[in-house]
Amino acid sequence: MSVSNLLENWSKFRHTHPVEDKGVPDWEAYPSEIKWAMAIDLDACTGCNACSVACYAENNLPVVGKEKYSHGQAMHWMRIERYWDENDGQFVADQGARFLPMMCQQCEAAPCETVCPVGATNHTEDGLNSQIYNRCIGSRYCSANCPYKVRYFNWYDYPSTKDVWPSPLNEQLNPDLTVRGKGVMEKCTFCKQRTYTARNNAKTEGREVKDGDVQTACQEACPAGAISFGNLHDPESRVAKQWQSQQVELAKEKQEKDEKEGNRLRGYRILEELRPYPSVMYLERVRESAV
Amino acid sequence: MGKDIREDIAWAQINRDVLKSLESPRKLYWVIIFAAMLVFSVGVGCEIYQYNTGMGVANLDNPHVWGLYIATFIFWIGMSHSGTLLSAILHLMHADWRKPIYRFAEAMTTFSLMTAGLFVMVHLGRLWQFYYAVPYPNERWTWPNFQSPLLWDAMAIFTYLSSSVIFLYVGMIPDLAICRDHLHPGWRKKLYTLLALGWEGTDRQWRNFRMTYLTVACFLIPLAVSVHSIVASDFAMSQQPGWHVTSFPPYFVAGALYSGCAAIITLFIILRYVFRFEEYMTLPILKKTVRLTFAIAMVWTYLNCIEFASVWYSHDQVAKDVLIQKATGTYAPFWWAMIFCGSVVPFAMMVKKWQTNIPVMFAVSLLLNLGMWLERWMIVSPTFSHGYYPWTWDHNQWPSMIQWGIVFGSFGWFTLLFMVFCKVFPSVSMYEVKEMVYHRSLELKKKELAAKGAN
Ligand code: SF4
Ligand code: SF4
Repeated sequence: MSVSNLLENWSKFRHTHPVEDKGVPDWEAYPSEIKWAMAIDLDACTGCNACSVACYAENNLPVVGKEKYSHGQAMHWMRIERYWDENDGQFVADQGARFLPMMCQQCEAAPCETVCPVGATNHTEDGLNSQIYNRCIGSRYCSANCPYKVRYFNWYDYPSTKDVWPSPLNEQLNPDLTVRGKGVMEKCTFCKQRTYTARNNAKTEGREVKDGDVQTACQEACPAGAISFGNLHDPESRVAKQWQSQQVELAKEKQEKDEKEGNRLRGYRILEELRPYPSVMYLERVRESAV
Repeated sequence: MGKDIREDIAWAQINRDVLKSLESPRKLYWVIIFAAMLVFSVGVGCEIYQYNTGMGVANLDNPHVWGLYIATFIFWIGMSHSGTLLSAILHLMHADWRKPIYRFAEAMTTFSLMTAGLFVMVHLGRLWQFYYAVPYPNERWTWPNFQSPLLWDAMAIFTYLSSSVIFLYVGMIPDLAICRDHLHPGWRKKLYTLLALGWEGTDRQWRNFRMTYLTVACFLIPLAVSVHSIVASDFAMSQQPGWHVTSFPPYFVAGALYSGCAAIITLFIILRYVFRFEEYMTLPILKKTVRLTFAIAMVWTYLNCIEFASVWYSHDQVAKDVLIQKATGTYAPFWWAMIFCGSVVPFAMMVKKWQTNIPVMFAVSLLLNLGMWLERWMIVSPTFSHGYYPWTWDHNQWPSMIQWGIVFGSFGWFTLLFMVFCKVFPSVSMYEVKEMVYHRSLELKKKELAAKGAN
């Protein structure tokens, strides 16, 4: 029955959310064994852009060209942001830039999800923010409400545009996923095609997914090994260890800073105070101040 | 102050005057129709191009995913409100000066809602899939997301539009019967016969009619308030700086009534001239409308101040930055123009001499509407230019010609619908004007009698 279906979905809606205001993640209530998460060490990141190139290749991202790029219509699911230290309003050039790789933070309480009129973006059981391209009507409300602005809209019809993948780039289009058509919203999926393959393989072999079974494209491409990715539920995974050692918890609103010598916590999540509970943790950059 | 209407107009004269508007308007009418078609086709051309090529041609980008389309959408929704204000609220308050002018205000409501609905469509990336937002039973049991203010929007607009159409139609039935009885056979006569639903003017019919009209009016008032509150929720329910403001719903409702009243003044003046309605759309009525508009303008100004003040005194640094950006950044000229048109220009309506000066009021009403349109734009765009995230700061974007073209075209579409309506249906309510004349002459007689008695 459609009505009972509606009511059932309605009452289930977000009730299985792991982030209750208990201060600790309620793993018991979590709908699945897996909660994908990421940690990015900014100390290791050199801003080489390998990750974003890998993401282009893995996820069939259209190369929009100079002109559209300068119009702000680029499609990079992952971007490297640059920040300079400011000293008395002057940029301190010899300190160089700080880099921050930015992609969808896979928020647990994603601001983008609640506002989509057709439910095209919603939460998966393994803790990802998913985007159903076929369902999207292109109202762009999700993007308007995403505080990180990491959703990318297909402003043009790329599959039929010339030179988006100039030969031989067209040869390396990934057959595991689609090329999105015009008018739909897209964003980082934590390389969903990879995580699903890993899960299916594990299932076929009758075991649980273990750490290292799956790598995201950006992680794989990072020469500095700055990115780690895995299952937060698995206490043995690298990600879980990093999150734990930095005392970052999924349900926490604000990472407390412990500046004590030798015990410095570097972990934080961006814009935590808005309470989207992102699944990506960054490790702050530490360096000798030249100033 | 002069009289709202002459007491000695014969009822047959009223019929004749109004029916004449269905047949022989001034030449200016055809000029307007032609211009509207031209403007509309510009919009259609732009939309076809955008549909084929993709939304990119609108020069929207990341983070500016919304632009003039959403701003103009709010503008048109807002414009629709005064129709309900004039016809339903003033009807309940027994303000009978509304009678000669409420019909066109209601038509304005209906058509501006239709224009607003157009913008919802135009702004979608995949407008051919718009029905996904409709809760229809389907094979996969996929429902729209009832949490999304955008969905509430779609439902609210649809409800408001359908009730407005019913209200407009119900209120017109006695007039349609007059048209039916007075016109020569032809398609029009057939149309009126159909729409008049066999109206004879019997007591029972009048009783039922009054009841229905009152019921729909009562239903419409909360609806009008809720519709614009919901449009405000699109912003207030999000968590973006500059939008996340509690006072948005009343602010939007006030803005809506404001722009609607300003539009009524504009159309009042145009109709009065084009259809030779000088006898009915009189200057004293204009004066009353102007005063009403001024009052609403002050409410809007007050709520505007509240919004700024609550942002200013909050601890929300980002929201504050957005406000500062509005006043000093790239949008500053538009923002100050909005303040000027919305809060300073209305004081021109305080000047007694100007209240009934047609050219001045025409210009003022256009300025007010410009101000209200700017207001919507200043709500939508600056937030994208100064969001939470540093890389969006001062990332400015200017709408492309395609976007301007579609916005421009919508005015043509509205004018076209409105003008066609005025030629096909009586835009002055004949039966209510008769009532008004009757009551006024009764009052006059009473006064005369009293004067005689005193003598
Ligand atoms: S980062 Fe943005 S797009 Fe990703 S889940 Fe959070 S709100 Fe949604
Ligand atoms: S996880 Fe995959 S989709 Fe996301 S940024 Fe990395 S490569 Fe791109």
